[in-house]
Amino acid sequence: MLQDFAFVGIFVIVGTGLVALPLILNWLLAPKKPNKIKSETYECGMETVGETWVQFKAQYYIYALVFAIFDIETVFLFPWAVAYKQFGNIFPLLEMILFVLILAGGLIYVWRKGALEWA
Amino acid sequence: MNPVNDIFIIIANFLRTLLGAGGLHLADWFVELIMAVLRAALLGTFALLIFMILTWIERKVVARIQDRLGPNVAGPWGILLPIADGIKMIVKEDTVPAGADKAVFNLAPLVAAVAAMLVYAVIPFGPDTGHGALAGADLNIGIFYILAVGAVSLIAILMAGWSSNNKYALVGAFRAVAELLSYEVPQVLSITVVVMLAGTMQMTQIVQAQTVPFIFPLFATAIIFFISGVAESGRTPFDLVEAESEIVAGYHIEYSAMKFSMFFLGEFVHAFAVCAVFATVFLNGWEGPILPPYVWFLIKSGAIFFIMMWIRGTLPRFRIDQLMAFNWKFLVPLSLVNLLVVAVADTIVRTMLHFTPDGNPWVWGLILFAVNLVMLFIAFGLLGRGARRGIDDRRTITRLPEDKAAAPASAQAN
Repeated sequence: MLQDFAFVGIFVIVGTGLVALPLILNWLLAPKKPNKIKSETYECGMETVGETWVQFKAQYYIYALVFAIFDIETVFLFPWAVAYKQFGNIFPLLEMILFVLILAGGLIYVWRKGALEWA
Repeated sequence: MNPVNDIFIIIANFLRTLLGAGGLHLADWFVELIMAVLRAALLGTFALLIFMILTWIERKVVARIQDRLGPNVAGPWGILLPIADGIKMIVKEDTVPAGADKAVFNLAPLVAAVAAMLVYAVIPFGPDTGHGALAGADLNIGIFYILAVGAVSLIAILMAGWSSNNKYALVGAFRAVAELLSYEVPQVLSITVVVMLAGTMQMTQIVQAQTVPFIFPLFATAIIFFISGVAESGRTPFDLVEAESEIVAGYHIEYSAMKFSMFFLGEFVHAFAVCAVFATVFLNGWEGPILPPYVWFLIKSGAIFFIMMWIRGTLPRFRIDQLMAFNWKFLVPLSLVNLLVVAVADTIVRTMLHFTPDGNPWVWGLILFAVNLVMLFIAFGLLGRGARRGIDDRRTITRLPEDKAAAPASAQAN
């Protein structure tokens, strides 16, 4: 099994090489004639106004926060899912129902709080 | 050993003998290292080739759907177009906007392409016939690895959007965070159901666990996985990240030449990876009569990709609030309910009715299929009601001033 993970490591290196090859070719072959107008920020011909890194909508942040909660909770479901068939009785089912109800409780709380509305 | 089915294993064994005891007498670990590098190169080349082929097929199919001819100049039926594109991309000037964060800006396309490629490491193209499965590596956490690696491309998009020094790119990156993160949740939850029935996370064993293709007992799961997979790869109708009519090109607006096409490579390779995972997990992977396993695998993945192209050719783009509402208010609750329903139904059918996946696979599968259909019917009914109510709400808000102005004179007199 350790060899299989080693393969993933090798694949990262080889894959990076394969992707980097055309990028390097492009860098070698392409003309390089930058000028002031060419390297301006592209906004369909309009000149850009003010700073780029502006304040953004807080809603994006809230979605990311809700995601973090859900993703961590669902990761706990995987060990249960692998072991589900090995029990052969009703016990793992009840355990899972309890867990999913807690998850659903979180979802309902977020929903009622209005965090899912794109206001 | 069948010379057609096991062609890759025969070649691998030949090379092993050539490098090891039969020829060059290299040390065992070194032979294995060379074999691993060759396998990695083969898989990577497969990903790049599939990108070239898919760009041509997609243009052709979408053109036909829209009643156009599509590419038809370069070579017969325009088949040389990907090569022409590649040459053009290599010799184009690469502009970097002033004020961009250069290191991150240059690294982002590389990360996007490599992250999409990494998924192919564990996808099984054929069965284990005693010489290891026909896959890069048959990890014991295979499907979990795919979920983990599939999320890395999000970081590349964020890097590109943030470093471009462009407001449109920044908005695209924010949308990417909102969309791709959100659709991760139903995807993970639907894979949980698959793992539950298969009892393993290893890709080859998930295929072998399918005594009946999982699309029947897990029909709703398959639909959830497919929708969230399309969203994850950022394709129409979920391509808000690069919505041309709103934010020009989104996160890759400032990119040109090869760096630009690396983002497209990432998108296509990721999309095909989603199709390959769908084929493995729901359509019994490489199993099939007469034809070799890897051909069956490619046929199944290709069929799923055709559905993706069909969706792209027909559906318009979502609005961002619709997109988020559809995920958090429909897909996530549905996948939670789906997890409960499948677990309960499976336990009842197996322990009380005594139809097991090993004993009576088709009876077991079709009973669960019926349960799935009922659940989907109720879910889509509720979705339709919710959608209609939403439309009514918006009408009452936005139409009030208009209605007053358009009201007849007699009503105004009162």
